[in-house]
Amino acid sequence: MEMIKVEDLHKAFARNSVLKGISLEIRKGEVIALIGGSGEGKSVLLKHMAGLMKPDKGRVLVNDNNIASSRGKYLNSLRAKLGFLFQGGALFDSMTVFENVAFPLKEKTRKSKQEIKERVLQKLSSVGLSGSEERYPSQISGGMVKRAALARALVVDPEIMLFDEPTTGLDPLIGLQILKLIDAIHRELGFTGVIVTHEVPRVFDIVDRVAFLKDGKVFAYDEPETFMASNKEEVKKFLAGSLGRPNPGGPAIFRPCDMRESEQR
Amino acid sequence: MELIRKMGRTVLVSVHRIGVMGLFLVRTALYTIVPPIKIGRVIKQIHFIGFQSLVVILLTGCFSGMVLGFQGYYSLSRFGSDAFLGPMIGLSLIKELGPVLTALMVTGRAGSAITAEIGIMRISEQIDALELMGLNPYRYLVVPNFLAGLVSLPLLTAIFDVVGIFGGYLIGVKLLGVGIGTYFGEMSSYVGMKDVLEGLYKSLSFGILINWVCCFKGYYTSIFTGFGAEGVSKATTQAVVLSSVLILVWDYFMTGLLY
Repeated sequence: MEMIKVEDLHKAFARNSVLKGISLEIRKGEVIALIGGSGEGKSVLLKHMAGLMKPDKGRVLVNDNNIASSRGKYLNSLRAKLGFLFQGGALFDSMTVFENVAFPLKEKTRKSKQEIKERVLQKLSSVGLSGSEERYPSQISGGMVKRAALARALVVDPEIMLFDEPTTGLDPLIGLQILKLIDAIHRELGFTGVIVTHEVPRVFDIVDRVAFLKDGKVFAYDEPETFMASNKEEVKKFLAGSLGRPNPGGPAIFRPCDMRESEQR
Repeated sequence: MELIRKMGRTVLVSVHRIGVMGLFLVRTALYTIVPPIKIGRVIKQIHFIGFQSLVVILLTGCFSGMVLGFQGYYSLSRFGSDAFLGPMIGLSLIKELGPVLTALMVTGRAGSAITAEIGIMRISEQIDALELMGLNPYRYLVVPNFLAGLVSLPLLTAIFDVVGIFGGYLIGVKLLGVGIGTYFGEMSSYVGMKDVLEGLYKSLSFGILINWVCCFKGYYTSIFTGFGAEGVSKATTQAVVLSSVLILVWDYFMTGLLY
């Protein structure tokens, strides 16, 4: 059963057409990676799935409800099932980490203060942020901001989690930790997930399928192993670029080892 | 031909922006009337816009009154009418200078901060985060400022007027020798409730105007003024300039209307 279904989605900014007929189906409980070059519209597609952008044409069905044409309370009821991890975390910088995570519960539920406190502390513990409750976003590291934002997104038990470049701006080790954390939480909660990322191939270990965006369309949509073994020239070029291997069809890709080799010569 | 096309595009963009700005005001007015109102945030913003502007208002009010005392006495004594110093200072402050200068001070101190705060929330996707939680950003960010402006501006204007009249008293009565009875007696004879109400209406409308422009500029930062820190910087500058100009233009029309 499809949890998210994108049908012939088009979006242009001014005269620049970004999405040119995207179609995609995501099954309940699976996690997919949205990959592609910069400016291919990955984040734009993700924001359409959350109803943060309206398409010029096409539909985005979440649980068979078109979120793209929804407004007001109906849109909010659809969003209640969604969690979104923003690229920069989007924590409210005037609130502490605890207040940030507690905010959706305070505003959208009728839970008592004690219930909210217990739930927030439990979520912060699950993302490894126990002890940082009273600190402000500006007082914690980039990795901790992402963890706190993840806790805030998960605190309302979403059925769908959308991740917008969760590892961008983090060093490789912390980036890997975040990906492992997403995988662990997915195994525990079983949400349907979409991860927009440049972390290729590391993200392949935690996703069920990979959607490769090229020229405003889904160029390939396969399981990671099939995608890696693809014979399509564009996929090979992209993978070669991401993996740092020489590009068979294009100019040679520079690597530090190439420099060492040339020095030895 | 290219020139005409560019002019046409500029006109269309301007009309579009004015339309968006108008809709922003309508939405804000709607959410201000229809509950729920975030009382806690309204009080916080009254503290920020109103209470924290007090020192600036006290200083500018006092010195404006003192300058009026000097200038008024100098002009009126030429015609032997220095007894009318009190009404002159009172009318100038209550009808005109009080509301306008208070509004300009609040724009510079609080309006710019409101634009910067909302603008930063926009570029760092905090407003998107609010929307995704199913919360209405207007109710959280715009309406509290709007209501706080409506409460704070008339009060600050009243304080400005009182302090200004006291400043005029210091110069006119204590320094230049106008009789205290003459100063306040003539003032109470010539300044009526109509004049006080005119000042009140102006300050209320300035409260709406400042928060409309400053919240709008912050809310649409990445759309109309560009991205990142530069976008916020531009939005803040535009908010202060546009608010200041509109305060003076609107003051002219209000004066004409209430004359």
